[in-house]
Amino acid sequence: MIVKSNQEWLAALRSQDNEQALEELRRSLERGLHYALAGGVDDSQLEALQEDIAQDAVVKVLANLDTFRGESQFLTWATKIAVRLAFSELRRKRWRDVSIEALQKEDEGQEYTPAFLADSSPSPEKQASLNGMMNMVQQMMEETLSERQRMALQTVMAGQMPLEEIARRMGTNRNALYKLLYDARLRMQKRLVEAGLSPQDLLAIFDEK
Amino acid sequence: MNLKPDVLKKVIQSIANAHPNELDCDTCFQQIDRFAELTLAGKPADAALPLVQEHLAHCHDCQEEFEALLAALKAIKQDDSPG
Repeated sequence: MIVKSNQEWLAALRSQDNEQALEELRRSLERGLHYALAGGVDDSQLEALQEDIAQDAVVKVLANLDTFRGESQFLTWATKIAVRLAFSELRRKRWRDVSIEALQKEDEGQEYTPAFLADSSPSPEKQASLNGMMNMVQQMMEETLSERQRMALQTVMAGQMPLEEIARRMGTNRNALYKLLYDARLRMQKRLVEAGLSPQDLLAIFDEK
Repeated sequence: MNLKPDVLKKVIQSIANAHPNELDCDTCFQQIDRFAELTLAGKPADAALPLVQEHLAHCHDCQEEFEALLAALKAIKQDDSPG
């Protein structure tokens, strides 16, 4: 197999006579996708998926050729584009029938009973301490964060739905959602400092025996 | 709000981890190919790109894609090695 340099790939794909390079790229991406997705996708669907995504990825790679910085091998860079496309598609299909509201209903909490105390009665003091802390932090979140930020934090931290899918339902994109969460986390960090509280001390309360 | 305790705990952990130089998903994506190649070569990718490493620790979507990319690169390298 002839290995092209990055410059050779770029020149071949940018030339007017680029059919061979496109086909080579498509085959390489399909191969990469096969390995990237094997084990996570049913065998009966894998071949069709890798073919479809490889085609889409070739288009995206061509559209973004000018952004290739040469910090890796060209095919590594192109394969990461293909992998991202594949996972977006897989997440969309996997989660299409699940709403945020349904997940939120599952996440509404009860009073906390640590597993190690399941067979014994927690002391009222420890239970009260934990519940008091939880109520205080949630009150701070309501005062400090927007409703959108609170909803995003709750849904993302519940850890059930991919960030990308939560973003879709919120009418935004993954990167914008990450920034929204980041802003929320920094605001809360500042709020806790103003209140003389450290996150580490709060976390320790969860683990008190 | 009425968060489940394990969810609130994760919220507080994420607050504890927030810092000014954190990467977002797009910036991590820009560097993930280099990160993957360093990892594959057995080089200290986390030392070379610590902010990428950190983002992957906190972002399940990016971590999932990175692992898939790495699996692809490993398999291709193995396929293509002589003998």
